[in-house]
Amino acid sequence: FASLADVSISEDIPVEGEITVPVGAHSPEEDFSTLDEPVKDTIMRDLKAVGKKFVHVMYPKKSSALLRDWDLWGPLVLCVSLALMLQGGSADSKDDGGPQFAEVFVIIWFGAVVITLNSKLLGGTISFFQSLCVLGYCVMPLTVAMLVCRLVLLVGAGTVSFIVRLIVVVAMFGWSTLASTAFLADSQPPNRKALVVYPIFLFYFVISWMILTFTPQ
Amino acid sequence: MAAADELKFQEFDDAANLLAANPDATTISIDEPVEIPKKQHSRLQESRREEDDELLGTDDSDKTELLAGQKKSAPFWTFEYYQTFFDVDTYQVLDRIKGSVFPVPGKNFVRLYIRSNPDLYGPFWICATLVFTIAVSGNLSNFFIHLGKPTYHYVPEFRKVSIAATAIYAYAWLVPLALWGFLMWRNSKVMNIVSYSFLEIVCVYGYSLFIYIPTAILWIIPQKVVRWVLMVFSLGLSGTVLVMTFWPAVRDDNRRIALATVVTIVLLHALMSVGCLAYFFDAPELDFPAPIIPVHNSTTVVTKS
Repeated sequence: FASLADVSISEDIPVEGEITVPVGAHSPEEDFSTLDEPVKDTIMRDLKAVGKKFVHVMYPKKSSALLRDWDLWGPLVLCVSLALMLQGGSADSKDDGGPQFAEVFVIIWFGAVVITLNSKLLGGTISFFQSLCVLGYCVMPLTVAMLVCRLVLLVGAGTVSFIVRLIVVVAMFGWSTLASTAFLADSQPPNRKALVVYPIFLFYFVISWMILTFTPQ
Repeated sequence: MAAADELKFQEFDDAANLLAANPDATTISIDEPVEIPKKQHSRLQESRREEDDELLGTDDSDKTELLAGQKKSAPFWTFEYYQTFFDVDTYQVLDRIKGSVFPVPGKNFVRLYIRSNPDLYGPFWICATLVFTIAVSGNLSNFFIHLGKPTYHYVPEFRKVSIAATAIYAYAWLVPLALWGFLMWRNSKVMNIVSYSFLEIVCVYGYSLFIYIPTAILWIIPQKVVRWVLMVFSLGLSGTVLVMTFWPAVRDDNRRIALATVVTIVLLHALMSVGCLAYFFDAPELDFPAPIIPVHNSTTVVTKS
């Protein structure tokens, strides 16, 4: 073995190869370091996400985008605008009028929380905020119905206007229920689907009732 | 000698032959727990025990106790604990609703349908539906009653929803609490009383309220007779379910206390339904044309009823 001791690598032969660090996902710091971007970009990104979800509600196809990237901005905007539009209802005394702002707010948010808890307790696999997000966004058709009702009531308050309002509210109620069911029903165990869908139906029914019975001063 | 004979071992015949020779002999079968033979027991007591077993579930109550213990073993601060109260399928909920609307005479709702799997889904959502049904129907019925009057201005009466919610949820949850406490107290005094668990009582009360949902919708019809007929009908059905559930449980107690308990249950139920009818639904008015009464001097007096 003495001869092996003389073996040496000549310095002329370069040693080369590649040492690569496997790049999987981007490192978190790189993606979310949005501190340096202009504020307009930040806001526009969120606005675009909200807008995309509104479009998803209008054409309810089963897409996981709505479920995965949940946000509660849309539901908040919808709830506040619906509650504001329900103000100004007629009342001889305070007690007999329509729902106050706080009542609408509480009904929508508390109702959504209860329905979410119900579906989770029945064994659903959807997360808490995803479900809140879907239920909140699906209030959008009813907000549109409220807008239409107020416009119709500006024109007149007779029987014809009532029938028009009735048709619009019923149609939007059906749309809301179908949209939210399309998103939520798949995450339930199959023999309990009806148990989960019924509270959603009740929730949108109550909101529709509030919209339909709105009478201006 | 007789003594030697008696000490000698005697072969015994087959049990059937012996019994045929002496039909009234006391028999004991070893594979079951020792029971007094039915032949020597009075028929009334025997049928009563069988009925008890059927109505109260005491024949397999040990087994169900064990199963119940195995199911709800999660500690109460975890989510899984509460999931055990929602362990029902759609067909089970529908069956329970059906059982509360069509009470089968002699069958106990708890034994037949709940079977130690009480759920909170039915009571909670039936109460929620009932709250909104009563509020909406009351509003609609008032609208139709006052429709023609020129001075009438429609109001949504939204305040009544919170009142309805308070009343119905208080009835459906506090009365079972009181009843459960009462049954536990009697259970400690009198041995034979079977006390249901709190959730089973809540279940019975919740499902028994289901009949009021279609009743409230039909109460929109502004006829007094129709409304009272509906009320008696629904009170009869749901009251029967309640009575058949709780009578076997208190029957072994002091006669007076048992009767008082059952009467109180029915009275509270009636109070709730009458109260709902009176508060949320205005009385349908009958419009009499104003009669004109001629008085001695030629002025006429118009009276309005």
